[in-house]
Amino acid sequence: MSLDLLLQYLVAGLTYGSIYAVVGIGFNIIYNATGIINFAQGEFVMLGGMLAVSFQRVVPLPLAIAGAVAATAGVGALVEVTFIRWLWKPSVLRMIVITIGVSILLREGALLLWGESVRSLPYFTGDEVSSIAVGGVRFSPQVLWVLGTTGLIVAFLSVFFGHTMLGWEMRACASNRDAAALCGIPTRNLVTLSFVLSAAIGALAGCVVSPITYTSYAVGAGLAIKGFTVAILGGLGNSMGAVAAGLVLGVLESLSVWVLPTAYKDTVSLTILLAILFMRPSGLFGSREASRLKEF
Amino acid sequence: MALLEVAGLHKRFGGVQAVKDVSFRVEPGTIKAVIGPNGAGKTTLFDLVSGFRAPDAGTVRFRDTPIEGRPPHEIAALGLSRTFQNIKLFGHMTALENVMVGRHVRSRAGFLAGMLDLPRTRREEREIEAAALEAMEFLGIGPLAGLEASSLSYGQQRSVELARALASEPRMLLLDEPAAGLNMRETSDLARLIARIRDRGVTVLVVEHDMSLVMSISDEVVVLSFGEKIAEADPRSVQQDPDVVRVYLGE
Amino acid sequence: MRPGRHLQVAIFAAAVVAVHLAAEAGGKGFFLTQLTMTAYYTLVVVGLSLLMGYAGQISLGQAGFFSIGGYVAAALTTLDLAPHRARAAVAALARAHLLVVRPDLYGGEALSVHPWVAFVAAVLLGAGVAWAIGVPVLRLKGHYLAMATLAFGTIVGSILVGTQALGAADGISGVPPFELVPGLRVGGGAADRVRNYYLAWGLVAVAMLLLLNLVQARAGRALRAIHGAEDAARAMGVDTARYKLATFVLAAVLAVVAGVLLTHYNGGIGPSEASVMKSVRYVAIVAVGGMGSLWGTLSASAVLNFLSLRGYFGAYDDAVFGGILVLVMLLAPEGILQANLRGLLRQLVPGRRAAGEEK
Repeated sequence: MSLDLLLQYLVAGLTYGSIYAVVGIGFNIIYNATGIINFAQGEFVMLGGMLAVSFQRVVPLPLAIAGAVAATAGVGALVEVTFIRWLWKPSVLRMIVITIGVSILLREGALLLWGESVRSLPYFTGDEVSSIAVGGVRFSPQVLWVLGTTGLIVAFLSVFFGHTMLGWEMRACASNRDAAALCGIPTRNLVTLSFVLSAAIGALAGCVVSPITYTSYAVGAGLAIKGFTVAILGGLGNSMGAVAAGLVLGVLESLSVWVLPTAYKDTVSLTILLAILFMRPSGLFGSREASRLKEF
Repeated sequence: MALLEVAGLHKRFGGVQAVKDVSFRVEPGTIKAVIGPNGAGKTTLFDLVSGFRAPDAGTVRFRDTPIEGRPPHEIAALGLSRTFQNIKLFGHMTALENVMVGRHVRSRAGFLAGMLDLPRTRREEREIEAAALEAMEFLGIGPLAGLEASSLSYGQQRSVELARALASEPRMLLLDEPAAGLNMRETSDLARLIARIRDRGVTVLVVEHDMSLVMSISDEVVVLSFGEKIAEADPRSVQQDPDVVRVYLGE
Repeated sequence: MRPGRHLQVAIFAAAVVAVHLAAEAGGKGFFLTQLTMTAYYTLVVVGLSLLMGYAGQISLGQAGFFSIGGYVAAALTTLDLAPHRARAAVAALARAHLLVVRPDLYGGEALSVHPWVAFVAAVLLGAGVAWAIGVPVLRLKGHYLAMATLAFGTIVGSILVGTQALGAADGISGVPPFELVPGLRVGGGAADRVRNYYLAWGLVAVAMLLLLNLVQARAGRALRAIHGAEDAARAMGVDTARYKLATFVLAAVLAVVAGVLLTHYNGGIGPSEASVMKSVRYVAIVAVGGMGSLWGTLSASAVLNFLSLRGYFGAYDDAVFGGILVLVMLLAPEGILQANLRGLLRQLVPGRRAAGEEK
């Protein structure tokens, strides 16, 4: 394989990997705030893309995206309030099954609204054939949008969790819910906020990648599994780890076509998931103790 | 020959040395108590002996066989049973069923035998049930047999847990704070009970905070502080040991 | 206790007969087809109920095992080794009576594997896979376990969809009927309909008896102990890893057997049987019927699967199961048949909490 081709695959891998990273970060935000693994995370990405496509028929693209993000964030809040908020010390089993059920409902709802058709947003800049050349590699300008947006999301979250009052409160809530409540922090609302935040970033990712990959009602489940893989790989709860892990997964998946038939591409992430769960559930960057502490 | 021999046990958790160079022996047919202020490492010690944690260094010998690092179910099969500080009963099972699980190491029927319900299996079930009832009656809780474990009072649950451990006919019983949450009368009943258990030939190692219990029934007492053994003697001598007094009451 | 179990199975057998007679009387004899299929799906679900309700381990991969069973049976019995007749290996298999001759689509003769051999191969493969992935997977807990079994099921599905030799997205069709003993064939066809109905539900009855026996026995107690307080179970001498693995493999084998028989009955299988949705469906049914209740799960399966197969849920099939799952988990986590209605009402009143929670 020539260097140029290799770089081409690398770019593709980084692109998809960024999306996986964002889904993984979404998992981490909710997990950190609640200890729950939200299986419906992938559906937020799907909803973002699908809603944006519909909105974009009536309003200009930037507005459509903003609208889709806001609407999906609203769905996230709704999910939390309806299904999660009023549960009293649920068992892990119950939570898993509930979020799986929620993801199915969201998926079927999308099927109802949009049917089985596959859609995509128009390219943000240029169109399907425009490309940028860097070195010997050509790629669509949309790739820069994806990478850029992911970078912005990560930067925003760092600032939010690192330097704002609200972010600190969420971290307090994550680390010790009862103590935070005793300090007057409105923990229940912060839990809702964690869902809103995860949904919003998921939706944004869905919008920015949809020109390249197309969206349909069924894409959520696959993304959820990959996002979960990324979250675990990077160490559950560790969002910088998720970024690194996402990129690694994306690249590995992309390069896998070198050795595996394309039909088996999805098995790459699945196998990595199993491997990491079997060998090192604390992930590449997590610590052994931390991965045990968050038992429900 | 000592029934249990602990030598040079070390265990560290992150930055904390929970158990440091602890050694002692327990002679068969005796009652030995392990005491010490909170955080002294007593429960960690129990976990190390019963197989729930593996020591960083040191050995544990039971009936002259090394057991350090071996899993709990293997150690139970050798005749070492334990109870837990926060009672771990099987909530949705009846008291009798709980105690019958204690009989697990003395029975054999597996999946296949269970599914086929062979006559030999039914016979074994009857034996298991009889042995479990006997253990419950020994502790005076026979009438509780059919009740769901989670519906029992705290004291009753403690008794069921004890019956469960006894049902395995252990050589040695590890009791982790058996008097926790019991009032004075219940505690003295417990003391008498433990003595009766010893009289049946079961050696007892007990972690306890309740001094009246410890002093009244122990043959020997081991004192731990910050993971280290600071004294080991008969109860009276330990009570008067200046190091022990200092550790409990401060300077 | 003992008469109770046998009486329950007897009542169940009577119910099976009653349903048959009712269907015939109502002129709906063709219901038997979907009822037979329901029986095989029920086999999958009761195994899962044992795993989830008694051993307390969730598995989102049952559909994967079902598919392994179905595809092995389908692939081997639709194989045509006739062109390779001359090869030593094929000749040896033929001499060992492991192969059968059957008419192929063009009126010629095809040489395929005997269904009994395929059945044994499927069970061995399924049990082997279950054992192999069970050992590492069952060390995981909670959501890790769920995800790992989900990943397993998805991998199986991905491989099946992506492999041309297994029919890719179309699956395998033209699977011949399975003659268990002369006169008793597992296969579609109106003549065999009644016999297949009783065979399928008879199998379910046998499985129920075995599982009911197991639950009351020492091993079943050990499983419930693991579910109740795993540390205490270990302290009492229960080798929890081995018991969890045995239950996992047992549930897998039940799913494999169901897969083989249903594939012969339907005459084919497709990759949708390995989908995540199917695994979720199985979990939903166990949840509805009550995780600790084998009969509850059986009833839930009978009703829900039959309705689904008859098409009553229409295009909303998946949504129905998803919705049921959520509703049951939110409102009656012990299953509908054990629902604590007072507790539920207390939970719905704002500000008040139901006392205690389940496992």
